[in-house]
Amino acid sequence: MASATAFAKAFPKQFVEVGIAEQNIVGIAAGLAASGKTPFVMSPACFLSMRSIEQIKVDVAYSKTNVKLIGISGGVSYGALGMSHHSLQDIAVARAIPGLDVALPADEHDVRNLIRTLADFEGGDYIRIGRNPVPTVYESDETPFEFGKAVTLVDGGDATLIGTGETVRIVLDAASILARDGVRCRVLNMHTIKPWDEEAVLKAANETGYIITVEEHIIRGGLGAAVAEVVVQRCPVPMKIIGIRDEPAVTGSPSEIFQHYGLSAENIRDVTKSMLGREGDIA
Amino acid sequence: MVDAVPPKGDFLRRKASQIRMDLLQMIYHAKAGHTGSSLSDTDILTALYYGGVLRVQANNPKWPLRDRFIRSKGHAVEAFYCILADLGFFPKCELETYSQYGSRLIGHPNNKVPGVDMNTGALGHGLSVGVGIALSAKLDANAFRVFVLMGDGEQAEGSVWEAAMAAAHYRLDNLIGIIDWNGLQISGRTDEVMRTDPLDGKWRSFGWHVELAMGTTSMK
Ligand SMILES: [Mg+2]
Repeated sequence: MASATAFAKAFPKQFVEVGIAEQNIVGIAAGLAASGKTPFVMSPACFLSMRSIEQIKVDVAYSKTNVKLIGISGGVSYGALGMSHHSLQDIAVARAIPGLDVALPADEHDVRNLIRTLADFEGGDYIRIGRNPVPTVYESDETPFEFGKAVTLVDGGDATLIGTGETVRIVLDAASILARDGVRCRVLNMHTIKPWDEEAVLKAANETGYIITVEEHIIRGGLGAAVAEVVVQRCPVPMKIIGIRDEPAVTGSPSEIFQHYGLSAENIRDVTKSMLGREGDIA
Repeated sequence: MVDAVPPKGDFLRRKASQIRMDLLQMIYHAKAGHTGSSLSDTDILTALYYGGVLRVQANNPKWPLRDRFIRSKGHAVEAFYCILADLGFFPKCELETYSQYGSRLIGHPNNKVPGVDMNTGALGHGLSVGVGIALSAKLDANAFRVFVLMGDGEQAEGSVWEAAMAAAHYRLDNLIGIIDWNGLQISGRTDEVMRTDPLDGKWRSFGWHVELAMGTTSMK
């Protein structure tokens, strides 16, 4: 569970409590950054990415302040709490702001590496992190977090599966079961949405011919849209965008919501096979 | 009530008149600008920049120990630019480019311009930024002060009050909020658009030390 309590206890002078005031927290952070500090703002992603979006646009991105915005409990982490507490528009909104970097780490190793990178990385960033424990993608902290560089987790030539944040583990599992059926997929951890690794997408389109994106985000304006912007303009290939339908998302546990919208290894397998016309293929 | 015009009142009055002439010329030349709002706070800016209040250095705009000035009332930028040019932060001839294609002198304060710390223009942001800068000064035991100029129409923005609360909570006696209490905003008389009265009482109740000045309210 994401909490700043341990940090606040260890470094009381470096911890600023702002109360329930998302606009204020971002403005204050911008002021701290304007005076040479490197503030990390922690607030639930649903509020941080919506309530304070104008402060993010003007006080952070436009004013070029070095503020690290950490949206915690992102996506459908608060599954049962409904649309007010889901953050499923944040990728679309954040990536449309010039000068704001956007990243969704895939697991605890990615988070640790990202935070280390962020501390030395000059510029405003929006980071979305989940709330609940998730299976890891990596076994250690060995894979560095390089801003703007997708990580190829598995190579393959039949299709490319792209995930971001918590869906990376799911596309990795989908690739495993597809491999058992003889379908070799490339898997990309697209942990950075901005700066954007256009080359990785282009290579995927050129070399594998099919792309399936999977995101814990509304299907408009997110990862799938960002990939499609490259694909349609530079290398048109068939694509599928798997994500949350454009509706107030169903409520329940995060895994129930994932199942409901097809963010599961089995559904990704089925979608991929039907796209490739290989429904009958079983190893 | 305190007199807003210090002993060197004649000099400041003449300076304010000159700045008003400059900004009218600039607005006339550009055929664009917030004339009323700029004329309204010229006295405040003149007092800050020429009255020995703000400690800034035109030849060293990023001087780390400078006093900070955040123009939260970002729409009225003209007097601000005229003063910065007059003090030598940038060449005065550049004022002719105001609002022109590609000019850095855009219609709201922009920190590409020497002497401007933060980009403003969306109301209700400046005081929060000021709180952050003032907190930073306290953390580093720096003695500089932070001045934030707001409009009276801006007082309707809820985020102003989030920042007011935080400033008192952190006892930021190095933060000075100034309200250009001119009774007007773009859509009409401020008290008719959204009543803020008693404005000084509201700020006092938020834990601020309030002083009323001639035609304006300045708080600390
Ligand atoms: Mg007014």
